[in-house]
Amino acid sequence: MIEIEGLTKRYGRHTVVDDLTFHCSSGEVLGFLGPNGAGKSTTMKMVTGFVAPSAGTASVCGHDIRSDTLAAQRRIGYLPEGAPLYPEMTPGSFLDFIADIRQLSGNARRQRLEEVTELLHLGPVLNQATETLSKGFKRRVGLAQAILHDPDVLILDEPTDGLDPNQKHEVRELIRSMSEQKLIIISTHILEEVDAVCTRAIIIAEGRLLVDDTPKALAVQADGNLDEVFRRITQPGANSEEVNNT
Amino acid sequence: MNMIKAVFRRELQSYFATPVAYVFIVIFLMLIGAFTFYLGGFYERGQADLRAFFNYHPWLYLFLVPAITMRLWAEERKSGTIELLMTLPVTPWQAVLGKFLASWAFAGVALSLTFPIWITVNYLGDPDNGAIVAAYIGSFLMAGGFLAIGSCLSAFTRNQVIAFVITAVVCFGFLLSGFPLVLDLFSGWAPQIIVDGIASLSFLIHFEDISRGVIDFRDFIYFALVIGAFLYANTIALSWKQAD
Repeated sequence: MIEIEGLTKRYGRHTVVDDLTFHCSSGEVLGFLGPNGAGKSTTMKMVTGFVAPSAGTASVCGHDIRSDTLAAQRRIGYLPEGAPLYPEMTPGSFLDFIADIRQLSGNARRQRLEEVTELLHLGPVLNQATETLSKGFKRRVGLAQAILHDPDVLILDEPTDGLDPNQKHEVRELIRSMSEQKLIIISTHILEEVDAVCTRAIIIAEGRLLVDDTPKALAVQADGNLDEVFRRITQPGANSEEVNNT
Repeated sequence: MNMIKAVFRRELQSYFATPVAYVFIVIFLMLIGAFTFYLGGFYERGQADLRAFFNYHPWLYLFLVPAITMRLWAEERKSGTIELLMTLPVTPWQAVLGKFLASWAFAGVALSLTFPIWITVNYLGDPDNGAIVAAYIGSFLMAGGFLAIGSCLSAFTRNQVIAFVITAVVCFGFLLSGFPLVLDLFSGWAPQIIVDGIASLSFLIHFEDISRGVIDFRDFIYFALVIGAFLYANTIALSWKQAD
């Protein structure tokens, strides 16, 4: 579904993402982990076609993101970091705009808009200006936008960041309920989240892939303590070879 | 086409979702009225034409157009929505064109609301209505030129104040490029052909022609080229400075 080959991003002499290669397919929930500044968001920006890679490429459902950008973007639902929204718009008119762009029409459009509104409990705020909404609602509008066209690939950059425990739980339930027919990639630095929803975890630091394993196998390495594993792997100066051997 | 329409509709909605549109239109109409009647001496001229009205359009656009365009892209950058927009299946051209056309349509609405002055001059006398239509078209085209410049420059920054100031300065340069104020910057060292080239870029001279009712096809081509060139530069600016 998504094939990432040698993906690299350099800003000047600084390498943010360094020769990243991995594949993932439908049915997986991939947790993309790493300390802040590890290159998670930059990788997602490249896969969604927002930032052009310095080298390498990614393909989404067979469409190369560099040469066949639009076709790839049609297959992706994307929640950028911080869930940016147009502050002056209402969620209702915003989702209408997304439905236009996603070329939904007629009954299918009406039905899908209703479903998504229902799924994310946006009913009460549909006609309220986005800037007046709470953080939880804003995040949910961002999620609604991402799933509106029922994409094959869902890429969510820190989907639960800043939500309260109940809202986090709801978002995780939502991810789990959609995971069977889709490939879902979530970036996070909250490890309990990986344990809760992911079928696979990739840890990167300083732009390099350090670990690619199931959350369970990761946890076994440190008696069930994911935090411990994470710290050991990503701490500056950690020897990545040693980690791979264990 | 559908994508351009979707971007266009969203953008235009945004203008009217905030007080910006209403404040802008009211201020535009008040200023144009004041200029026409006081500075332009609409009554004192004693002539049934709208020269006193159209003469001030370039100067009003000079600081009102940057106010429309400063937010076009700078705000998208600032709030991060540019990432949302550019990861939707929309090409940079479609996004640029949709947004530009929305701002142009908005300027068109403001311009068309000056219609009472047209009614007034027809009530008072017997003007050449063909010339007035031509001048309205010229004014609208000139607004398009200013808007394209502003849209392009707004894509280079995330700061709306910078976008406003730079746009106003560049528009001022374009407006006066046929006059010594700008030409003297070049005539000392640049070859004559370049100085002539710069002189021929003047908005004011091309607008004067049209606003006198002389419809010269070359003036249309000129504004179309300015709009096209700046919108092209706009798409370049987007892909070049995408991530910031």
